[in-house]
Formats: sequence, structure tokens, C-alpha cells
Amino acid sequence: MMQGFQMDLISEHRLAEMTPVEKVRFIIDEVMEGKILVLEKGLSPSEEASLIEMTMTLIEPDGFSGIEMESYPSEVDTSFLGKILKKNVTKSRLTVIGPADQLKTLKRDRNMISALVSNHK
Amino acid sequence: MGVIKRFKKNFAEVFKKLFKKQNARIGIYGPPNAGKTTLANRILRDWTGDAMGSVSHVAHETRRARRREGVTIKANGNSLTLDIIDTPGLATKIDFHEFMEQGMDEAESKRRAKEATEGVIEAVKWLENLDGVILVMDATEDPFTQVNVTVIGNMEARNLPLLIVANKVDLPESSATTIRDAFPQHPMVAISALEGKNIDTMYEEIAKRFG
Repeated sequence: MMQGFQMDLISEHRLAEMTPVEKVRFIIDEVMEGKILVLEKGLSPSEEASLIEMTMTLIEPDGFSGIEMESYPSEVDTSFLGKILKKNVTKSRLTVIGPADQLKTLKRDRNMISALVSNHK
Repeated sequence: MGVIKRFKKNFAEVFKKLFKKQNARIGIYGPPNAGKTTLANRILRDWTGDAMGSVSHVAHETRRARRREGVTIKANGNSLTLDIIDTPGLATKIDFHEFMEQGMDEAESKRRAKEATEGVIEAVKWLENLDGVILVMDATEDPFTQVNVTVIGNMEARNLPLLIVANKVDLPESSATTIRDAFPQHPMVAISALEGKNIDTMYEEIAKRFG
């Protein structure tokens, strides 16, 4: 039998159907099962903060040690509407999330993420 | 409580909210060991004469946010009063084994890891209650960490001022240019919080950004 890890590529539409709470729960559940997720359109900055917060509540000694998350810096959409509302609209970008003991960032810059994925915890 | 008394109380509260501007709350953020508390101590020593908290080479030394109200900074001929919040280092993972590698026993390492997770939660919650952020980055490390990206994203989304501080420029392997190139859309000042190098320039930037 082929050994390996499961990688799920999540479309923008799949995540758009979920509320922020559902997104965070979905990601955490998948990652705690050992899956690596690639999100086509990433999370909003506040969703990223919520994900970090929930991750911290679930860390256990000798168990789940957290997540590795890699996203490109978001881009600010300084649209006319945004200027009127005085609120910036940030455009999130591709994001990779996985268990901290299986996914390791090797290098990243504004336009490239290089990661190492391990079978072994 | 009588109607008139209640009206008076409500009016007084509304009046207070309208006319008593509270000090801007500025959070000092960054990954563990970037030098946040060293910087907070430097600011407090320079302007109030005391310190914020203890520092250590072991990550997650600060595991509770500390707030110091009414710190008056003078720069550019102006005076600016801020509430400074020194936050625990943000992280997406915490493994107690890393504390054991620093020489702590297992029980102490697990306790520290648990406190560190609580500290991260507290730091994330503070993001909602700030008027601006000083994001401290270790100039000897890669600036593209998720923590930096998330904090910057949150400030940009809420259109709040952000000042990037490239710390530890006293170390020969530091590169403030790498940090400037990584986030060119935000102002950056290169300092050594430990040695006080370029600290006056930082106060000028603080006055400019948060004044």
C-alpha cells in the first residue's frame, strides 16, 4: 500500500460557503487528522488570528503541538468603496496549513513558499 | 435610582466619552525572542525611569500582556502620551520539548508551554483593542514569518498605524534591509533596543505614526 500524507486543495468557493467560525473549525479538524491543506484564497487576517487562537486552546503536551501556516502577505485593495468606508479591504492569497510536526517552512518570500512535508511525526 | 439621577449619570458618561480622549493604546508585537520586552523596558526607562518586565534568551519569557498607562514621549518638538502594551510572543506552535532543550525539567517545560499558549491567546485578543502596533522583528532572522504576516494583515484590514522595528542591529549578522524589502509598504526603523542604538529616530517615528 502506498504510504504518504493526505493533501487537500480547497477551492475559494468551498471556503466562501462557510462562516469564519466554520472555516477555522474545518481547518483545525482537518489538520488535527494530519492533513495538509492548500487554500486557494487563504483566510482574512482576522480569521488567521482566530485560527491561531483556537490552535493554542488545543495544544496538548505529547499530542497536538500546533500548526504551521504559510501565506503570502495580503494585498490591500484601496478601492473607491474602501476609501469611502475608511476601511481597507485586504485580498488574502494562497495559504498552506498543516500540523507543525509534519510541515516545515524551508523558505519563503513575497512570491514563493518552499516547504518540507514529512510522513513521520 | 431616580429618573433625574439616572439621566444625570448617563449624560455624564456620554459627555466623558465625547470629550475625554483616552491615550492611544499601542501594542508591542512580534514573534518570541524578537526583543519586545527589551524594547518596552527601553521605552519605559527612557521616559518613566522604571521597567516593564524581565527578559531572557529562552523563548516565551513574557507569558502575560503587561500594560503601562500614560507614558509621555517627547519627539519632534511634540509631546505624546501613550498606553504601552507589551504582549507575549505570537506563535502558531508551542512544543514543550523546546523548553527542555534549554535545560528545564519536564514538568516545568509543560507548565511553561501551557502558559505560553495562554499568552498567545491574550496577545491575539489584544489586537482588537489597540490603536496601533509596533511590530518588532529580529533583524538576524527571516522576516517572512506567519506571525508577522498575520499582524500586518490585521492592522492593514483595520487601517491602523503600524511601525516596524528591525531590532538587534548591533549583531553583525543582522540585515535591516531584508526587513525593509519584505514589507516596503510600512515605515521601518532599525534599532538595537539593548544598546539604545538609533532609539531617538524610533521615538521620532512613534510621534509621527501615533501622534
